[in-house]
Amino acid sequence: MAAKSGRTIQFEKKTSLRSVLAMRETMLLLLFLAVNVMNISISPNYLNSYTLFTNINSFMVKGLIALPMAYILLLGEIDISVGSMVCLSATLLGVVYNATGSIGAAILAALAVGTLCGAFNGLVVTQFTELASMIVTLATMTLYRGISEMILGDKSTSGMRNVEWFANLYDGRVGHVPYLFLIFCVLAAGFGIVMHKTVFGRRMYAIGANRDSARYSGIQVQRIRMAVFTLTGLLSGLAGVFYCAWMGTVKNSIAEGYEMEAICMCVLGGISTDGGRGNFPGVLIAIFTMGLLRYGLGLININSEIINIIIGFLLVLVVMLPELKRMFKV
Amino acid sequence: MSEYVLELKGITKIFPGVRALDKVQFQLKPGEIHALMGENGAGKSTFIKVITGVHQAEEGEIFLDGRKVTFRSPLDAQKAGIAAIYQHATAYPHLTVAENIFMGHEKMRRGMIDWKAMNRASRELLDTLSAEFGPEDLMGSLSVAQQQMVEIAHALSVNARILIMDEPTAALTKAESEKLYEITERLRDNGVSVIFISHRFEDMYRLATRVTVFRDAHYIGTYDVDGISNGDLIKAMVGRDIQMLFPKPEVELGEEVLRVEKLSRTGYFENVSFSVRRGEILGLTGLVGARRTEVAETIFGIGKASHGAIYVEGKKVQIRNPADAMREGIGLLTEDRQKYGLILDWGIGRNITLPEIRKFTRNGLIREKEENRTAAQCAEDVDVKAVTVFDQAGSLSGGNQQKVVVAKALGSEMKVLILDEPTKGVDVGSKAAIYEIMGELAKKGYAIIMISSEMPEILGMCDRVAVMCDGRVTGELNREELDQEQILVLAMTRMKNAEKGGGGLA
Repeated sequence: MAAKSGRTIQFEKKTSLRSVLAMRETMLLLLFLAVNVMNISISPNYLNSYTLFTNINSFMVKGLIALPMAYILLLGEIDISVGSMVCLSATLLGVVYNATGSIGAAILAALAVGTLCGAFNGLVVTQFTELASMIVTLATMTLYRGISEMILGDKSTSGMRNVEWFANLYDGRVGHVPYLFLIFCVLAAGFGIVMHKTVFGRRMYAIGANRDSARYSGIQVQRIRMAVFTLTGLLSGLAGVFYCAWMGTVKNSIAEGYEMEAICMCVLGGISTDGGRGNFPGVLIAIFTMGLLRYGLGLININSEIINIIIGFLLVLVVMLPELKRMFKV
Repeated sequence: MSEYVLELKGITKIFPGVRALDKVQFQLKPGEIHALMGENGAGKSTFIKVITGVHQAEEGEIFLDGRKVTFRSPLDAQKAGIAAIYQHATAYPHLTVAENIFMGHEKMRRGMIDWKAMNRASRELLDTLSAEFGPEDLMGSLSVAQQQMVEIAHALSVNARILIMDEPTAALTKAESEKLYEITERLRDNGVSVIFISHRFEDMYRLATRVTVFRDAHYIGTYDVDGISNGDLIKAMVGRDIQMLFPKPEVELGEEVLRVEKLSRTGYFENVSFSVRRGEILGLTGLVGARRTEVAETIFGIGKASHGAIYVEGKKVQIRNPADAMREGIGLLTEDRQKYGLILDWGIGRNITLPEIRKFTRNGLIREKEENRTAAQCAEDVDVKAVTVFDQAGSLSGGNQQKVVVAKALGSEMKVLILDEPTKGVDVGSKAAIYEIMGELAKKGYAIIMISSEMPEILGMCDRVAVMCDGRVTGELNREELDQEQILVLAMTRMKNAEKGGGGLA
């Protein structure tokens, strides 16, 4: 076109050692290593792969929710009803199993109810755009758990682990590696690729960074928000299924606080709660760092309240880090 | 005692890259209503902000009752008895009328707000304005006209002697305007001096005794309202040479691409009809608040039309969202590019490829190398001043940001481009480049709609101009008929039945 100055614009990405070191993931990786070093020094047996995987398996259920939570936060939204969705899905699984005797039907019911709950969140959030997702999911958090309380009362539902293959969903291993861990890895890879390499992922980033600009660029913002909330419901349902395979008994109080753990993992991993910023690998490292830190602190008999304080402190520190960096111009 | 309550001499205000006011002067007599007129961008608003202490002038002096004063903050001006009422009420809609009136100087008793005294005082103020609402009504429940009365009451509550009204009638119906006139006159009779900014001649003739005209950041003159004709006043407001060269190429016009028929959006605009042909640049002009942007947004699927139809290449189309519009080949470059046009945190490359990111995928995965290469090419085509495609969009100048927006729009297969104030906030050099790009696009067969308030570019670039006022098209002029006075007259033509829309036009 006219008036060209003949200026050329570079399009090759150059990564320097400096920029790699400045990456949040690098710092997280160091933290991850530090936690492992601590665990090794506490328990010489820590690296025994069988016990290590037993420990990892115990936070995989929460990890499953952290995957879609990364998308939710990336959009600049929040979903605090995930714990309740896990509970309601697990409740349905137990009730349907005990009513029909079919674990297959029970699993389908759990996944369906999770998806429905997520879709309902999405519907409210997209149809009433002036409502913040915080408020909507605060309401549905109470609603979904309320339904579970209505179904179960103060009783519990159990017996699912009597079906051997179902119990194996949690217990089963390939060598020392649990099925659940493998499933998590496959899902995590999928979530990471979608977030970083696909049109859907790019659009999520755009919506989180500037929802208006995204809309003016022809992106169907509400459709994507709807999809992500629904996906979160589905994954919560899946987490409910694995919870049942793990514990075999469901009360109306299970999975309380899972939402905060999942959000914590994502924020620690570098997903900004303002939306539009963060990388998926960071979230994965954060999931394992937090899970293993909890395990290690448990080993030296620190009670769970203190563990929460330590993790809370760590989170504040990590969240503050970019600000601190700016302050001291590191 | 000086002859003037307020006098400003040689005021110059410079913003980065722009001289917003260049040695302007102004004199306000006690108890007069003084109109301040000029085109959009003439510097009126900046001038007001200098008087109210929002901006500090680089040069010049302000005299109050003949004494030199300096306003370092809006509070200084307020203490000196100067109050301003803005076009868009800046109130707190969730608070009561009384709270709004006494915001910042609440009546206190023993450290607590004295509600009774405050409501009583508010009632008295409202009575002097013959308001039909009470001090305990919520601000947000009032009409625009009523909110303005609250702002006037606020000004009275701080004993303002000089009242500045910035386009107060822009959002009012005829009857509401009449009431505002009466209140203004009553204030004047009580010794308040009023500076009245308005685009409406009827406001000026009805109220003012003198009028001062600004044009292009310069002071043009002060006239007695009785002694100046309509024509002379318009000449004073627009009379300037077109200094810039507009590279409008002669383009053979093709078939009609977009036609808008009786498009209406309740409360915004009514019965808007126009069409554009291949290779044509249609100007859409009018004063601020004429609802041009809303028309563009409705065509683009941002707002919902209540009536009317849109045709692309003779085929009626349904547009529910921007994605639909872009599928039909309609692109919009928004006026507020920082908010709607770009993602400032992102590199320019990703901004450019965002609408058409699908093009760069293979097996569902984005090939970033190819994406970046194409983005660099697109940015070079419009000569964006950047080093790499990873440069943050927010780090560029206004003109270069606009070029990125253009590059982004050109990445898609478009037939119609709507450019909303394409040169707003753009430096002179980039302006010329943007005009050149527009000319080339027309040559390539794009149909272009340019929304602009700047007379020179309307006159210089357009094949045809549709003028809007108050949500209606008041006239259409061909290139041969183009004449700035004619445009200004049309831009100020209020349709006789405009009142029907009533407060809805607010």
